[in-house]
Amino acid sequence: MNNSLSAKQRMAIPRAEMPTIDPKVRCGNFDEVNLGLSMVQAVKEARRCLQCKGRDCVAGCPVQVSIPEFLNALAAGDLPRAAQILLNDSALPAICGRVCPQETQCEALCVRAKKGEAVAVGHLERFVADWAMAHPEQVGMEKAKFSSSKKVAIIGCGPAGLTAAGELARWGPEVTIFEALHETGGVLRYGIPEFRLPKAIIDAEVARLKELGVIIECNVIIGRTLSLEQLREQFDAVFIGNGAGLPVMLNMAGENLKGVYSANEYLTRVNLMGAGRDPSSPTPIIRGRQVAVIGAGNTAMDCVRTARRLGAERAMIVYRRSEAEMPARQEEIEHAKEEGIELVTLTQPLSIRGNEQNWVAGLHCQVMTLGDADESGRRRPTPVAGETFELAADVVINALGTRPNPLLTATQPDLLLDEWGNICADENCVTSLPGVFAGGDIVRGGATVILAMGDGKKAAKAIDRYLWGLDQPSAMASR
Amino acid sequence: MFKVIENQLLAPHLHRLVIEAPRIASARQAGQFVIVRSGDGGERIPLTIGDANRSRGSITLFIQAIGAGTRKIAETEPGSYIQDIAGPWGQPTHLEKWGRVACVGGGVGTAVLFPLVRALHEAGNQVTSVIGGRSRDFIILEEELARFSAKVVVATEDGSYGRQGFVTLELAEMLEDPLRCPDAVFAVGPVPMMKAVCEQTRPAGIPTIVSLNPIMIDGTGMCGGCRVQIGGQAKFACVDGPEFDGHLVDFASLIDRLSMYKDHECRLVS
Repeated sequence: MNNSLSAKQRMAIPRAEMPTIDPKVRCGNFDEVNLGLSMVQAVKEARRCLQCKGRDCVAGCPVQVSIPEFLNALAAGDLPRAAQILLNDSALPAICGRVCPQETQCEALCVRAKKGEAVAVGHLERFVADWAMAHPEQVGMEKAKFSSSKKVAIIGCGPAGLTAAGELARWGPEVTIFEALHETGGVLRYGIPEFRLPKAIIDAEVARLKELGVIIECNVIIGRTLSLEQLREQFDAVFIGNGAGLPVMLNMAGENLKGVYSANEYLTRVNLMGAGRDPSSPTPIIRGRQVAVIGAGNTAMDCVRTARRLGAERAMIVYRRSEAEMPARQEEIEHAKEEGIELVTLTQPLSIRGNEQNWVAGLHCQVMTLGDADESGRRRPTPVAGETFELAADVVINALGTRPNPLLTATQPDLLLDEWGNICADENCVTSLPGVFAGGDIVRGGATVILAMGDGKKAAKAIDRYLWGLDQPSAMASR
Repeated sequence: MFKVIENQLLAPHLHRLVIEAPRIASARQAGQFVIVRSGDGGERIPLTIGDANRSRGSITLFIQAIGAGTRKIAETEPGSYIQDIAGPWGQPTHLEKWGRVACVGGGVGTAVLFPLVRALHEAGNQVTSVIGGRSRDFIILEEELARFSAKVVVATEDGSYGRQGFVTLELAEMLEDPLRCPDAVFAVGPVPMMKAVCEQTRPAGIPTIVSLNPIMIDGTGMCGGCRVQIGGQAKFACVDGPEFDGHLVDFASLIDRLSMYKDHECRLVS
């Protein structure tokens, strides 16, 4: 294929549109909303990349994918090479291509975004990763050429742990992941719904890591089944990526009424246990007719869109600021609106009302207005005196966020934590304990999949150096 | 995968399973539980670890086969495998040498009580076990409890075995009698029973510990579905419990939340 286009010709190509399932159809099922680009669309889109010298997009990527290089191979129609480059840089590209907020990372820094639209890096990453999954025989597996006698334990089978495992496994050590739940994937599986990230994609990415020799042990809780000390004795290094698995409570009247869920509970029931979407699932879920989700991040959007698919006539986001300040990805907000999700903005719930049988009946709400910008740069919401109203709802979902889970950290008093209970780790994921590294939400608090993956990748590098005695045992401890 | 070594029927629908789980057997302490899943698509079911044998690397579970999920687990034959067992979850029982301790068990709650009785006995307490059930068929673990109790009292609602009536009857008499009055009470069973026991011991301020069984999914503290109100504060039974100071438990809220999926369960069982 001809890839020798002039900059002007490249500039003339319009950005590819991601085809999606019709909103009316998809509200009735859990199929993936984004259908993926066609080969013709993908190659054309890759040709929009100017191959600029700056490579700012790479700097915007937490795992530093060689974006211009894989786009160049794709633009030339060389899929095996594009896949090879991508897989070399990212352990989970099919997942990143679906859930990364590219618009604030690689694509935000794309030189083309200055005048017009960025190259659709995310869509192309997904395209190449899916192609690689469908054509394993054309993508050479990068197994370690030599195995070392070193052993690494990884705690948590979510994005941070899987990435660290994928990196390390290619360099020789024996890698074992310990997962507390009965399934792999962590938040990718229990948190992100099928319509955004099909479980089959997680299965395929996990299978690829197993091919590389990664051992995964489910049903093992470090801090309970085995102690961190036991792991430190049995392994040469340990990476903690066990996430921020504790819901922030609403702390408002009515929180214990029937029909009030935390986002984690609601999503775990549906995503992990199959409630409401798999007729044979024994796990129940309350299907509300009027569902109010408190919060406006990606998790809130996942909840409200799930509620819609479970049959809610009114599925609502209740948020104290306006749509412009919503922390969710733009794509999620757009998809939600297409699906008839109502955005009840400038609204602060004050309490949850119940009926005589203690079922949720609605939210008692305060009307808000936006004042000056706060330290986060977003305009601060303030109550409008005397303006309250009732919002009818039979299910209320709290999607305000998560805190670090103390299950492991509480058992290890010499592991340094910050004031919120997150593990203190430096830029190389080094903790206060020699040979123990940490990354993802247990260090950052509630953040994103890609930042967790970035940590996993950095940690893998640091662990590899540590295993060969190339670094001081612990940078944190020496401070 | 976890191999079932023994499976014994103790009472109608009540099985005693001995399972190979060496890591859990050596980590577990009295009062803790595991989450069991029979296979793909199965529920995550919390079950108290009844006993453990470290040298053999096995744990004992008592399972009442009442729903689809528990039935599948309970009917695993020796030599076959259970797909998922995770734990030990929850806080271990707070053990102290109180002196005289009454352990009150109702129905299948007696199975949860068994490891507590053993641990309390080993901590130097003089334990009186008071166990009850609908009829003789529902009285379980009487012999096992006798090994660690100074006395075992049985009460059946229909009077078919032991004394007739509820376990609270016997406890009331113990509380009245200065020579038998317990220094601490442990109660495990149906919520109304635990509530009644707490009301009996409240006036004299006798420390009373109950083991709660709210609806639970992951066991890690991740979902908060098992939240209970303890002294006006939300606690998660999976990580903060399952044992709590009975005098601080909001039983009304617990009963209410337990009824959340009542219709659903009826549909599955039938």
